Amino acid sequence: MSWGSLDNFFAMGGHAFYVWGSYVVTAVLIIAEVYLLKARIRSAHTAITRNGPAA
Amino acid sequence: MVRHARDARIPIVNWFKYSSPQSFFPLAGVLVQWFGIAAAVLAAIGLYIGFFVAPTDATQGESYRIIFIHVPAAWMSMFIYLVMAFWGAMALSFNTRLSGMMASALAPTGAMFTFVALWTGALWGRPTWGTYWVWDARLTSELILLFLYFGFMALHAAIDDPRRADKAAAVLALVGVVNIPIIYFSVKWWNTLHQGASVSLTKAPTMAATMFAGMMIMALAFWMYSIAAALARTRCIILERERNSEWVVEYARNLK
Repeated sequence: MSWGSLDNFFAMGGHAFYVWGSYVVTAVLIIAEVYLLKARIRSAHTAITRNGPAA
Repeated sequence: MVRHARDARIPIVNWFKYSSPQSFFPLAGVLVQWFGIAAAVLAAIGLYIGFFVAPTDATQGESYRIIFIHVPAAWMSMFIYLVMAFWGAMALSFNTRLSGMMASALAPTGAMFTFVALWTGALWGRPTWGTYWVWDARLTSELILLFLYFGFMALHAAIDDPRRADKAAAVLALVGVVNIPIIYFSVKWWNTLHQGASVSLTKAPTMAATMFAGMMIMALAFWMYSIAAALARTRCIILERERNSEWVVEYARNLK
């Protein structure tokens, strides 16, 4: 599959909105989930170190 | 020459060891890394094939490239639900702590893939069918799946005692399993605008080999991602629920 130019690639044969609208939203959701998981394990770590036996 | 019974014992791996949160926690930590890396590598290969190897579709043009995420996301939305219900059933019948945690850990990822399937389906439907949405059996039952995930999470969050929440949510998950064959067979049972399966276990796929390869590699990437995300979430839940247990206190001491 050869697109010829970068413009052609982004244009997706006139279906840019539908194709990129699908891929961008999917990517954003996956990145958001990974970020939320990292934030959650971080706050769990903070909670257990704060409530440790020393406290 | 009588050997002690202990020496004669065949060494076997005791997999049940990992059913306790304490021994599962470090194992899951290692698995998250490996499944995460596998997901990233497979997604890179799948996207390359999807955009640079697979040809333009003769009838749909370039908009068909949405299937490289739409079909794998739809498969995951159904499969994650079945796995979630399985762990719910385990939590109900064996009362194991880890089972309920696994079920809760799968729900948000399952809901995310269900939303992705609906969203990408709408964006594919508009140029292909001329509409973002119709109330046909496939689309409606997939929307119900999204509400089942939301219902599972809302019910779990509404009950304070986590073990009781696990069991109540497990019952809801098990009742909702009836929706999965309805989604899967909807395109056969009813006249739907949604097309029939292009890929099935009994027939050869009705698409170009490179399109099929791209789709299957993306499906594998989504599998690996789902496993990594669910295990990472299970680790969070373990620390949150067992924060007062001795091993977590010990683990926390080593973190400092």
